[in-house]
Amino acid sequence: MKLPFLPEAASVLASKVDALLLAVTLMTGIVAFGVVVLLVVFTIKYRRGTDASREFAPEPVRRRVRRRMEIAWIAIPLLLFIAVFGWGATLYFDHAAPPPNALEIFVVAKQWMWKLQHVTGQREIDELHVPSGIPVKLVMTAQDAIHSFFVPAFRVKQDVLPGRYTILWFTATAPGEYDLFCAEYCGTDHSRMLGKIVVLEPAQYQRWLEAHNAEPTMAMRGESLFRQFGCGGCHGAHAAVRSPPLEGLFGRQVPLRGGGTVLADDRYLRDSILLPQKEIAAGYDPVMPSFAGQISDPELLDLIAYIKSLAAKEAASP
Amino acid sequence: MIHAKPGSSSYLGAGMTLRSWLTTQDHKRIAILYALSITVFFFIGGAAATLIRIELATPAGDLISANTYNKLFTMHGVIMVWFFLIPSIPATLGNFLVPLMIGARDLAFPRLNLASWYLYVFGALFTLAALFLGGVDTGWTFYTPFSTTFSDTHVIAVVTGVFIVGFSSILTGLNFIVTIHKLRAPGLIWFRLPLFIWAQYATSVILVLATPVLAMTLTLLAIERVLHVGIFDPALGGDPLLFQHLFWFYSHPAVYIMILPAMGVVSEILACFARNPIFGYRSMAYAIIAIAVVGFLVWGHHMFVSGQSMYAGMVFSILSYLVAVPSAIKVFNWTATLYKGTISFEAPMLYALGFIGLFMMGGMTGLFLAALALDVHLTDTYFVVAHFHYIMVGGAVAAYLGGIHFWWPKVTGRLYPERWAQFAAILLFFGFNFTFFPQFLLGIAGMPRRYHEYAPQFHTLNVLSSAGAVILATGYLLPLFYFAWSLFHGERAPANPWHATGLEWSVPSPPLVENFATAPVVNSEPYGYRSQRSRRAVASGA
Repeated sequence: MKLPFLPEAASVLASKVDALLLAVTLMTGIVAFGVVVLLVVFTIKYRRGTDASREFAPEPVRRRVRRRMEIAWIAIPLLLFIAVFGWGATLYFDHAAPPPNALEIFVVAKQWMWKLQHVTGQREIDELHVPSGIPVKLVMTAQDAIHSFFVPAFRVKQDVLPGRYTILWFTATAPGEYDLFCAEYCGTDHSRMLGKIVVLEPAQYQRWLEAHNAEPTMAMRGESLFRQFGCGGCHGAHAAVRSPPLEGLFGRQVPLRGGGTVLADDRYLRDSILLPQKEIAAGYDPVMPSFAGQISDPELLDLIAYIKSLAAKEAASP
Repeated sequence: MIHAKPGSSSYLGAGMTLRSWLTTQDHKRIAILYALSITVFFFIGGAAATLIRIELATPAGDLISANTYNKLFTMHGVIMVWFFLIPSIPATLGNFLVPLMIGARDLAFPRLNLASWYLYVFGALFTLAALFLGGVDTGWTFYTPFSTTFSDTHVIAVVTGVFIVGFSSILTGLNFIVTIHKLRAPGLIWFRLPLFIWAQYATSVILVLATPVLAMTLTLLAIERVLHVGIFDPALGGDPLLFQHLFWFYSHPAVYIMILPAMGVVSEILACFARNPIFGYRSMAYAIIAIAVVGFLVWGHHMFVSGQSMYAGMVFSILSYLVAVPSAIKVFNWTATLYKGTISFEAPMLYALGFIGLFMMGGMTGLFLAALALDVHLTDTYFVVAHFHYIMVGGAVAAYLGGIHFWWPKVTGRLYPERWAQFAAILLFFGFNFTFFPQFLLGIAGMPRRYHEYAPQFHTLNVLSSAGAVILATGYLLPLFYFAWSLFHGERAPANPWHATGLEWSVPSPPLVENFATAPVVNSEPYGYRSQRSRRAVASGA
């Protein structure tokens, strides 16, 4: 059972959110109904001219009753609120981290379109094909203002920020087409920054991938960018400069110069390319130049995909 | 007991020249200057809203261009928040009533009070010029980096106007704080103050503490936009979420700047027309203070999907539920105030009863938005638009209008036409619900806010909302006419037409220039409607 006006529930999360929505609606509805009934009864019964008794109980009695009532209507709402908080927070917390086996798809938002790319190289604009029944993890960034990726049928929304990666994930349950809206105001054509999520059966999705497999994979594109930008001059096997090896890097804890470690994830790789002075790997000199302004967001994602593809390889001699 | 002295004149009789008004230091006249100015801005902001609702009557963007639409909702928000709602009750009713209610001659700093009004007018006209000569398309929230890097509209001019008007808020707040501390009549201890004064006090503290943060934030925005110093734009090395934190650190307490004075007004009206003391007076006063304090700690609930840490989200979620507790107490206590009352339904009472219902609706939908997993679906949709309009329009504006009606006889010395006023109050209640209730459903259905065009599945509810707006607009225009009529043809008001308690009703209507002919002394609890009733019963029985 779900509230009227809700869009269809097309993700695993959606029905859980709908249950919470229904519960909160019932809770607040019952309390509001009670207050309105009291307001109506009092205003009718005690309107000027009726002969209902206006005699208050003696002040000591009245004071005791008042204290009890006030404690009741502090305690009862507080308990209800904590229950709703707990329910909402648990659902949010459980849904915060995507499962490790999720299918990764990359999103670059810009005024006013959604650019989406699959690891296997397929690129789409304002339309995203995903399989049903499999967790899908979107790694998102924006090229200009803040945008927000909102799929009402999945009950998910996440702001997409320039200069960092945010994550949104879902498991679609039913094949079909679902609205994608930009929910964070982003300028002139904000209301036209729309798209469709096309959910396919896994087998159909595989066929769709194969039918659109005209392009190199993201990692392959990243490898040619790696050469184009001359990254191998320092990070290659026969480099003259001593630099951290990229093989086996992704997903590891990197010790930092000056203490501490950092997880080598998408964000770390992105920042290391654009803001190389920010976190310097222990034992290396801060000699890497910044590539900010030279590499576009989609290119960065390709480069990162290439570096990720090196994760499985053994580190070359340091 | 009327503190009138033969020969002393009413504050309205002290000259009607333009000069006498523009150089006045009388808090009562400054209140009227404010009331006239904010009324002008209310109708300008309302005109923008009217165009928005007409455009949204159809899914296609067929009346105005996307850029015009974006400028209109920005203008609506900027004007309604900073040039109407924030000054509304404090600068008009507060200015007029704070000295009268505490038995003072004037506010502590009368010149500063006039300076506040000039700052308001200067800032407001500056902003208005910027909005009309070019406009700004960032939304009233000025989110970065859109506002600093990508908008090519007049952002600097508009934030400068808002910056200036902020000082007017700060000075008013300062004036009220000092006045309430230092100028109370003998015997008027804190727990004998009307709740209206408690609310003005709490509001003033928020104005003084929060407004400077807005000024700093807007200054940083201007520095980044003009000098390209990286503060918020990641392309320059800044952090866009920093802006959101700073902005909501002011703008969430700003909601309480709007609603706390409204709660004060409603308490005065309800007690008077129920002829009962406020149920749980002390807990009502504590609730006001609790809301003001905890209200400073909940700003992050605007940012659950912004990319802020999940743990921060959880802390802000539970704090948001905590701030809802004192609000709930107030609703229950108001309801209990009606118990065994002698209730009559003059226009101010209709507004106050309407306020309870609409504020409760606004507050309870806030419980939906504070629940993290629900907020993910509902935030940035029309659900949020409906929620804050229930608080700010259904709540704050309704209380403001209720207060204007309640104290109209005191301010002008005339009675307004009661039937017309009751009709307008009922019309506004229905028009408001008709306009904004469908927007909750639109939000649940997933319609994002700030959309110039929308998907066809949202059409029916938008038509309903726009139709309701026609009724609402009529309801807002009506009081203009009957109030204007009453100024010239209304019956002369006695000193205390509602038989209300409170020092302001002990002076003639309109009050004397110097407020009190003889300094009042207070030796009883507030809202003594019960003892008034027994006195009158004794008198009529004798």
